[in-house]
Amino acid sequence: MSFEPPDQESADLLALAQSIADKAGRTEQVEAFVARSSYTTVRAHGGEVESFTSAVSAGIGVRVVSDHRQGFAWAGTLEPDAIADALADARDNATFAEPDEWVGLAEPDGVAPVPFDAFDPSVASMPADRKIDLALELERMVRAGDSRITGVRVATFSDSSSRFAVATSTGIAGAGRGAWCSMSVLALAEDGDETYTGGGSTVGFCPDDLDLSEAADDAVLRATRLFGAKPVPSQRVTIILEPRMAATIAGLLGSTLTGERVLKGRSPFGDRVGEAIASPMLTLVDDPTDHRSYAADMFDGEGLACRRNRLVVDGVLQGFLYDSASGRRAGRPSTGSAVRGVSSTPSVGCQALAVAPGAGTFDSLLAEIDTGVYLQSMTGLHSGVNLVSGDLSVGIEGLMVRNGQLAEPVREVTIASTLQRMLLDIVAIGDDVEWLPGGTGCPTIVIADLSLGGS
Amino acid sequence: MIEQSVLEEVLGVAMRTGGEFAEVFAEDRRNASAVLDDGRVEELTSGRDRGAGIRVVVGDTTGFAHTADLSEAGLIAAAEAAAAAARGGGGGANVVALTRGSASRGYDIETYPGDVPKARKVELLTRADEAARSVGDAISQVSVSYGDNRRRILVANSDGLFVEDETVRTFFAVSCVATGDTGMQTGRESVGHTIGFELFDMYDIDQLARNAADRALTKLAARPAPSGQMPVVIGSGGGGVLFHEACGHGLEADLVSKGASVFRGRVGQQVASKGVTVVDDGTMVREWGNIAVDDEGNPAQRNVLIEDGILTDYMWDHLRARKEGRRSSGNGRRQSYQNLPMVRMTNTYLLAGEEDPESIIASTPKGVYVKHLGGGQVNTATGDFVFGMTEAYLIEDGKVTEPLREGNLIGNGPEVLQRIDALGNDFAMGPPGTCGKDGQGVPVGDGVPTLRVSSLTIGGTAA
Repeated sequence: MSFEPPDQESADLLALAQSIADKAGRTEQVEAFVARSSYTTVRAHGGEVESFTSAVSAGIGVRVVSDHRQGFAWAGTLEPDAIADALADARDNATFAEPDEWVGLAEPDGVAPVPFDAFDPSVASMPADRKIDLALELERMVRAGDSRITGVRVATFSDSSSRFAVATSTGIAGAGRGAWCSMSVLALAEDGDETYTGGGSTVGFCPDDLDLSEAADDAVLRATRLFGAKPVPSQRVTIILEPRMAATIAGLLGSTLTGERVLKGRSPFGDRVGEAIASPMLTLVDDPTDHRSYAADMFDGEGLACRRNRLVVDGVLQGFLYDSASGRRAGRPSTGSAVRGVSSTPSVGCQALAVAPGAGTFDSLLAEIDTGVYLQSMTGLHSGVNLVSGDLSVGIEGLMVRNGQLAEPVREVTIASTLQRMLLDIVAIGDDVEWLPGGTGCPTIVIADLSLGGS
Repeated sequence: MIEQSVLEEVLGVAMRTGGEFAEVFAEDRRNASAVLDDGRVEELTSGRDRGAGIRVVVGDTTGFAHTADLSEAGLIAAAEAAAAAARGGGGGANVVALTRGSASRGYDIETYPGDVPKARKVELLTRADEAARSVGDAISQVSVSYGDNRRRILVANSDGLFVEDETVRTFFAVSCVATGDTGMQTGRESVGHTIGFELFDMYDIDQLARNAADRALTKLAARPAPSGQMPVVIGSGGGGVLFHEACGHGLEADLVSKGASVFRGRVGQQVASKGVTVVDDGTMVREWGNIAVDDEGNPAQRNVLIEDGILTDYMWDHLRARKEGRRSSGNGRRQSYQNLPMVRMTNTYLLAGEEDPESIIASTPKGVYVKHLGGGQVNTATGDFVFGMTEAYLIEDGKVTEPLREGNLIGNGPEVLQRIDALGNDFAMGPPGTCGKDGQGVPVGDGVPTLRVSSLTIGGTAA
């Protein structure tokens, strides 16, 4: 497959990766994954720059497969001696793994990558003063947003321009680049002896995409609408999830649909392909070729072309995501779903999940709810969600919904169910798809019959 | 790692534009890990990361740059970038003279993991896999992981501080899935200490694996946890994360000074029940959060945060302490040379009381006994926190009865501290943890005796 790297720097990285892959002996496969990125982070607080960080970092991960055994080593530098050490370590590590007939690197599969280049040079060339001004401006906007705002914990501007390349002795060659900038702010609001925080953020492929007003308004609204919040009695409730919250649930579902989890018996949906696992309203795809996603990409972590993968259509489970090794074991092609950094081997993961839009806006879906809870935030996702059993229990803050309208604020309560039940209990999906910083596209989702644990 | 004369030169460059404080933090870290999953040793990984982070402080602004190039030229380029980022007015001329200090962990590493043949590490994995699977046919999946790292750091700053240190950590974990009529459940056990391969003289790996398997099996019979408020007894060693979340984060001086903590302005006040003493202690030798010096070169300390219910002090890093004209408490830590340090915990624990743990349960008519907590999360501004129950049981008529499915508990830090109404005499440290803050993870330890909170909200699904 012929492939042109998008610029000289990417071409240089690809040449480096290729030179390492070329060192493969006759009985082994070698893969090199090389990345380099430059970034800045400006943190503003109290009208001053709290910190300004700028740096370039680079690294390499080397995977060796020999006799169906895999070894891996990485280094946080591209110095030639470190690269040579990494290759030697990876070879040595491979001798200690137990053989597995499915283990091996990706091989070219003839799927052409969908061209995509979101690299805007204006990100890297943006003057430092402008970044500082933006961070200070965002803090000012939040502080001016409401008399109860007493400050911000931090207002941040970040940008990153990165390039990567992957090459293997099996004929894979891929490279890409990307640039993003983002801003976030955490507002503090006080009234009487109560203090609340509220966050807002904005992300873009270039500085002009940033919407400071939206981030500031969001942070102010979220920090100021919980005053007087308290627990409500335990009850069964309907919850309404705005896109950013709904995306979290979509992400949990996506995580259970990787071939690796299924093959190793760790997915609650492992034997459900072809069955209705969710309300017929739900259609979920993982599609890094959708260029509206901030996670859009041409290649996966093994250098195969990214592709559109349908996971759930009209509530029916269609299949799972695979990288090349899990695909071989399952007797299926890779879905181009290998995700990785330089310091780890590829694993199967979701890249750009998207829930298909239904009908209705957030407000119209809200109007349909008699009694429920609007979730502003969920906490304890890492401790309260078990992706093997599907058990889910999280702490929430938000507003009660009464007679179709947002009502009194609530905090220090939990909601609980199982992922399996929640999917079947979806009662509405909106048409207000929002593309979120993590790359997920999601509309408002309403789910019935969760247990609320409160007073 | 770097010559003293080079460090002095680099710090001089960093201060040249009018910096008030400059620091070089260099790090050389080697990681090794091995993973067994699905009955097979899948992979061994080795990693090497080496570089330096340089910061320059001017007024309230910190400029920071990092580099993987530890040559004099590489360090000077980073120092210039940090100085430019700090935006000093220029005109500074500063000669820095370093005095080498000493850092001592106070004990010897008996066996450096890097000196242990890889085959021995692999053998531990297969042994644990067999032990876990021997517990019963219902154990459908086992994964075992081994990890070690050796981290050498060097800190030199414009105050003349110059210190080097080395930390060695070794870690082992077993995770099991049990499958039954009720679906799948999981059980996990992990151990980790700031020591070398002698970790495996301290623990019986077979027993650890069987415990993880037993926990998964037990939960197959678990019923849904209740929802709502009730008394909760936390098991010895299993619940230090409660204090890490309920008060630890809120006592970090950076959050306090920004008004983002419910504990702001409360030093000297009664914030917890009498008898409650909470300590953060980096000097606890061999524990997971143990350090000889923090990542700003200051010696680790034993800091009493709450004494007999009274808030005594916050935790401090260099910058926050300097602003207040006091000394750092040895809590300035960072994930790696690529990150700025901030106030972080080390080993956070609650001192033992005097009650017999059995009697604490016996005097609880109805409630939940949480033997092991999972991770947690806190909103320091409100003090509201959650943490997961990974092993929990109902208490009925003063007896531990049926196992419960997983769920979160939710509470409010200041309220929970006031609601501790029983403290056992059986203190123990818990499993190794990783604390995340602003995207940086650092190793932390925690510990508690058996204790009871008179009311916490359980986030189950049963009425």
